[in-house]
Amino acid sequence: MKKVICECGHENPYGTELCESCGKPLKDQGKGLVNMRYEGAARRSQTYSRTIVDKIWNFFSSVKVGVWIIVLTLIASSLGTVFPQEMFIPPGERASVYYQQEYGTAGQLFYQLGFHNLYSSWWYMLLVAGLATSLIIASIDRFFPLYRALKNQRVTRHPGFMKRQRLYHTERAGEDAHDRLKKAGDALREKRYRVREENGNLLAEKGRFSRWGPYVNHIGLIIFLIGATLRLFPEMYLDDHIWVREGQTVEVKGTGGEYSVRNEEFLIEFYDDEDERFINNPQQASAVAKTYQTTVTLFQQTSETIGSGVEPDEVEQFPIRVNNPLTFDGFSLYQVDFKLNELSEFTFAVEPEEGTDDELYSETIDVNLYDPETVYEMDNGFTVEILEYFPNYVFENNEPGTLNRIPDNPRFIVEITPPGEEEGEMSMVGIQVNNPLSEESDYRLRMVDFDTNHVSALAVRRDRTIPILIAGGIIFMIGLVQGAYWHHRRIWIQERDGELLLAGHANKNWNALKKDFSWLSEKTGLPEPADQAEKEETDGTRDEGVKSNHGDAGSDKQ
Amino acid sequence: MATLAQTSSNLLLAAFFLYFLATVFFAVSITGGRFKNKEGDEKNRTGTYGYISSVLAFVSAIGYFVTRWIAAGHAPVSNMFEYTTFLGIMMGLGFVIIYPIYKSRVLGLFTMPIVMLIIAYASVFPTEIQPLIPALQTGWLQIHVITTALGQGILAVGFAAGLVYLIRVTDFKAKSKKVTALELVLFGLLCFVGHVLLNMGFGAAGYEKEFNYTNEYGEQAQMEYQLPAIIGPNEAELASETGSNPLLLAPDFIVADDLNAVIWAFIAGTALYWLLRLVLRKPIGGALQPLVKGVNPQSADELSYRAIAIGFPIFTLGGLIFAMIWAQIAWTRFWGWDPKEVWALITFLFYAAYLHLRLSRGWHGEKSAWLCVIGFAIIMFNLIFVNLVIAGLHSYAM
Repeated sequence: MKKVICECGHENPYGTELCESCGKPLKDQGKGLVNMRYEGAARRSQTYSRTIVDKIWNFFSSVKVGVWIIVLTLIASSLGTVFPQEMFIPPGERASVYYQQEYGTAGQLFYQLGFHNLYSSWWYMLLVAGLATSLIIASIDRFFPLYRALKNQRVTRHPGFMKRQRLYHTERAGEDAHDRLKKAGDALREKRYRVREENGNLLAEKGRFSRWGPYVNHIGLIIFLIGATLRLFPEMYLDDHIWVREGQTVEVKGTGGEYSVRNEEFLIEFYDDEDERFINNPQQASAVAKTYQTTVTLFQQTSETIGSGVEPDEVEQFPIRVNNPLTFDGFSLYQVDFKLNELSEFTFAVEPEEGTDDELYSETIDVNLYDPETVYEMDNGFTVEILEYFPNYVFENNEPGTLNRIPDNPRFIVEITPPGEEEGEMSMVGIQVNNPLSEESDYRLRMVDFDTNHVSALAVRRDRTIPILIAGGIIFMIGLVQGAYWHHRRIWIQERDGELLLAGHANKNWNALKKDFSWLSEKTGLPEPADQAEKEETDGTRDEGVKSNHGDAGSDKQ
Repeated sequence: MATLAQTSSNLLLAAFFLYFLATVFFAVSITGGRFKNKEGDEKNRTGTYGYISSVLAFVSAIGYFVTRWIAAGHAPVSNMFEYTTFLGIMMGLGFVIIYPIYKSRVLGLFTMPIVMLIIAYASVFPTEIQPLIPALQTGWLQIHVITTALGQGILAVGFAAGLVYLIRVTDFKAKSKKVTALELVLFGLLCFVGHVLLNMGFGAAGYEKEFNYTNEYGEQAQMEYQLPAIIGPNEAELASETGSNPLLLAPDFIVADDLNAVIWAFIAGTALYWLLRLVLRKPIGGALQPLVKGVNPQSADELSYRAIAIGFPIFTLGGLIFAMIWAQIAWTRFWGWDPKEVWALITFLFYAAYLHLRLSRGWHGEKSAWLCVIGFAIIMFNLIFVNLVIAGLHSYAM
């Protein structure tokens, strides 16, 4: 494409509206304020629209499209909160019936539209992907032209540029104009402006770096979104949990056997009703948990010793609490759930079916409910053999069975063999159950004691995307602050053909620029420029809204 | 300790009256005549007195915050009363920060009553110090909540400025959609006033009714009503000796006493609104308009935008970034699509859209001011509705 050569001699890229160097309006010679958005630089999206690539590029580079995507994402997100997401419905409930049951027809519709898993739906993902695409394309489309324009800008500006700035003033230059210009330069330096002078013209500029803020924060957002997407790969993100009983050692899932933890003690603490801080509180303080804590010992085995029977090394002991996870080697263990007083051990004695025999009771066996032995030999000569063990007994389809391996309702089928006998007697024992199964039975097991344990659930997490997310978050915040708390302002002062011209532009916060001008006026006696946008407004020529060209002058997106 | 808690309440009360004093000063400074000294220079100092009052109110409110923190042993931002109060205080701080830049007394006249309203609204919730559950016992929670409240407070100042702009530029003489919409906003604020007054009234009269009902888990439970029941809880039966049965019963997934309070707030708001209209004989916005006639619309517009531009990064830092850090530590994941999280994201997206519309599509003036109003509505929705009605992980923050 051919370059546009300005009368000042600068070669501008095709599509440029204001000369990069002197600011002369190249396209429209009209009246009104000049459009300072992106310094009037040539943006790809505003220049080409022939090929399909151009069209896609133009679509995503449009802020209008970007805002639409933001608004659609916003509305979609809010729809998902009308009823709970599937992950929040009570465990064990089936989504297909739950929504209708709980919320009626609206609930049914919510479910059928797939809103119960809205945030992982393909179309929500598509919206987020659209947002990311828009972020990337819109940023590239604007950053490079803007960078060029700000880099190439000259001190001496075309009068057409000066006149059509929002803050502008002109008057006959007095004898002392040259002096005043010099004084102005010094004064503005004092205000921390970067001042450049050229043939009696002056450009004072401050806070240009704030113009890069939006691009920096967009880069941060994109990095963040990339990090969030990487979580979909199993290598990057592990989400599992383990139940550990007190005294038990359990392998940490996902570590390939390298790490294991032993639950030393689970502790639950409540607030004290006597605590004087809460005395006026109608709710009982003792009903509120203060601490959930699992004290664990972490063990590590090197890959050579796994499975070789070598004792693992103790790494550390750590109290895992809510808000205080144990972190090691990229893994984190969180306190997430617990179960108090789970049965752990039964103590049995053998007693005769009829009558009592105190002596027998002194001989007992302890049966571990997690891992019972097959045969127990008692010192008094009895042998107890465990034939069947149902940790969580159910009777289904005319057969005894177990729901799972958790000893919530333990039942045993045992065979008791008295001393010297060959044949034993079978019976079924459990909590408040003692049924003989043999035809003849002289002895039975009697439960004399039991023991319980607390069980703690620990979430196992490894999230390798966290550093990426942190980096994205930090870059995003830096960009946001950079763009929001600093403002790019420029002041042009010219002495040309016996005339003094003053103009000013701020990308936002005109208030501060005007204050700088009035300060300058106090210091040097230079006149204060008028706000041409305000003048237009009082003249009634300015229309609030998108279509207004004039409004754009003050709405220069950096 | 109990006495420290008492000191804390007294300081909050003092802050409330100082905010009131600031409102009065700003009102006088705008409506009162111009005081000129012998040389003819303007000597109207009431605006400055108003600002000083608002600063003193903030100092007193911080006194409340610190003493309550010491008394409770944790930062007082962990239930509805504490958080909402703190939001009011932060809006006051937002004003204290922004006033010196723009010296807008009208902004003071609008911000101070809203701060008072938020603090009064907070005091309807139980004000006792509550024990902190384990998930809330972390410095990150406090950092997250304090930063979020500061951000939202400054965004709320943007709302106040937007409101000033709208009242300034709207033509109240003719009926129009704009007038209706603006009156609706003022009606909304009056609903809050009505809610506070009703609760104070029935509270002073010692009204309390108890219902037995079936909760969302199908269990029997009790619910106490501080206002007469229009809507009762699911399968409710009156447990108190006297009192009438509710007109309607709510389904089990709705927190019935809150819904009942919302209905009462609307009734009271409607009553107040029409009472005022009868007295004023014109739209309320129209009655307020003379107060703001001295305001330059463009300054009000820029002011509201500045407040949003200052508040947005702070809100993002507190409401999203610090929130994610806390969620990662307390709940094992930085994001879980909990309704409160989603609405924080919605707030973020909304203000992001506002900034893009304003900066690159030239949405200035009226459109921009309306967006400020909607943004504040979203913040209040997240605070009230999402906390009280849509139950989520954050709902313990009641």
